Amino acid sequence: MFDVAHIAKLARLGLSREDEKKFAKDLTAILDFIDKLKEVDVEGVEPTLQATGLNSVMRRDEGIKRQEESRKKLLANAPEAKDNYIKVKAVFD
Amino acid sequence: MELKNLTISQVHNGLKNKEFTAKALVKGFLSYIKKEDAKVHAYLSTTEKLALEQAEKVDEKIAAGLKIGPLEGVPCAIKDNILVEGEKCIAASKILANYVAPYDATVIRKLKSAGVIFLGKTNMDEFAMGSSTENSAYGATKNPNDLERVPGGSSGGSAAAVAADECVFSLGSDTGGSIRQPASFCGVVGFKPTYGAVSRYGVMAMASSLDQIGPLAKNVADCKMVFDAIKGKDTRDATSANPPAPLLKGGLKGVNNLKIGIPKEYFAKGLNKEVEKLVSAAIGKLTALGAKIVEISLPYSEYALACYYIIMASEVSANLARFDGIKYGTSAISDKQSALSGLLDVYLQSRGQYLGAEARRRIMLGTYSLSSGYYDAYYLRAQKVRTRIADDFKKAFAGVDLIMTPVAPTTAFKIGEKINDPVTMYLSDIYTVPVNLAGVPALSMPCGKIGKLPVGLQIIGPHFSEDLIFRVAQTIEDAMRF
Repeated sequence: MFDVAHIAKLARLGLSREDEKKFAKDLTAILDFIDKLKEVDVEGVEPTLQATGLNSVMRRDEGIKRQEESRKKLLANAPEAKDNYIKVKAVFD
Repeated sequence: MELKNLTISQVHNGLKNKEFTAKALVKGFLSYIKKEDAKVHAYLSTTEKLALEQAEKVDEKIAAGLKIGPLEGVPCAIKDNILVEGEKCIAASKILANYVAPYDATVIRKLKSAGVIFLGKTNMDEFAMGSSTENSAYGATKNPNDLERVPGGSSGGSAAAVAADECVFSLGSDTGGSIRQPASFCGVVGFKPTYGAVSRYGVMAMASSLDQIGPLAKNVADCKMVFDAIKGKDTRDATSANPPAPLLKGGLKGVNNLKIGIPKEYFAKGLNKEVEKLVSAAIGKLTALGAKIVEISLPYSEYALACYYIIMASEVSANLARFDGIKYGTSAISDKQSALSGLLDVYLQSRGQYLGAEARRRIMLGTYSLSSGYYDAYYLRAQKVRTRIADDFKKAFAGVDLIMTPVAPTTAFKIGEKINDPVTMYLSDIYTVPVNLAGVPALSMPCGKIGKLPVGLQIIGPHFSEDLIFRVAQTIEDAMRF
């Protein structure tokens, strides 16, 4: 019932066969535990999205000025960069 | 210099009265960390250069005869999921092994302007996922009270650093108990503020609807002082807020007639008898001073952990999608051994190789809960159960001022004892998780020891009742001293 290979692909996690077996066992146990939630009557109950009741917090609609200094710091953390861009492998063949 | 049990006010007085300089204090801590941390492993890195520069500034100010603030020159430690500009920030993960923070978190900016000194970054469960600090990719932290036991988690390094006198105070983060449970296991005071009372800007997001930053310290007064320095609305975190109204009810002086709710579900099966005895004794100190005990019920508590694991894992799966081997962090691209056929391979290999087991487990659980066909049965249902749990607290606080419980069902467990059984590990957060789901504040404070292992009392209040919590905690601390 828990298709680890499918979920791992959706989550973009490369797993070894061994990992798949271990995670299938762990996740089945966790899902059994979570099954308890089915006992709760939630008829007519609204879902909680935000615990303290804030709603639609606004800010001024203005952009942040580009800063050379921040750009340098951000690019320094990228595994591969070229000409002020982060480099990505080809998306299409 | 004597660093043992050194508190914020002692540091302040020592600096002001010129008993020691900030530089000497920092050097004292750094050399003590070098020695002590070989055993405890509370730190992932020290920020020596920054600390010494900050100390020099404080010393110059004192030498010039200027007044210093109460936190100025006080050395602290920061959990390594909170960004300090220019310093490594790796969240105990291999996937961020070389990441350098490009900016300061709001809490760091606030502490810097208060003159606080940063000694280093503390160990944790990878991306704050765990209850023992064993999920660190850089080795577990040990409990300073017993080196064979865990310090708790995920802020285990921050709790151990305070308990081992390797700093004066620290910051941690708490998503399901990650400040309170390690504070309890290590014997320090830890505080999880109301959701939104402290800005999360610059803390690595784990589960955004539950995460809060908070202080760990040697006593209640220090804990409050740090909270007061970091709290407040921040335009960079839209979920942050100032308290809506004056907090302390008029007329409630001391603890006379304070109503304390004791939830029967928290004192049931699974709670260690000796833990129960110490927690009840601490509450008894308040009844001796005129507080009233009211038995209450939080009937949906038994569903809190299951609810938490769906909501937390779902948010984790979304938040950790950013670690893709492209924007930052360790990437399979840089690994000469791996043959990459295209973009998908970069994702699969970077995330597969460099994220730890617990992170991958939770990402998969969350991805499953949110996936087509399962969303209503898992994520949406869990959000509705969350409402039930929050309503439990709302109803309870209509009749009582505060709720008191144990922090954890047991004292610190042995390293290795629970690491291979995720569900058993999750159960150590059974008393702390409901608090995050309801978004209410809660404090963990030491209330005695079993052998050499500390036990923690949890004090829970309604939204934004931090002042009342601190005041009552102070009363308990004073009463326990005698």
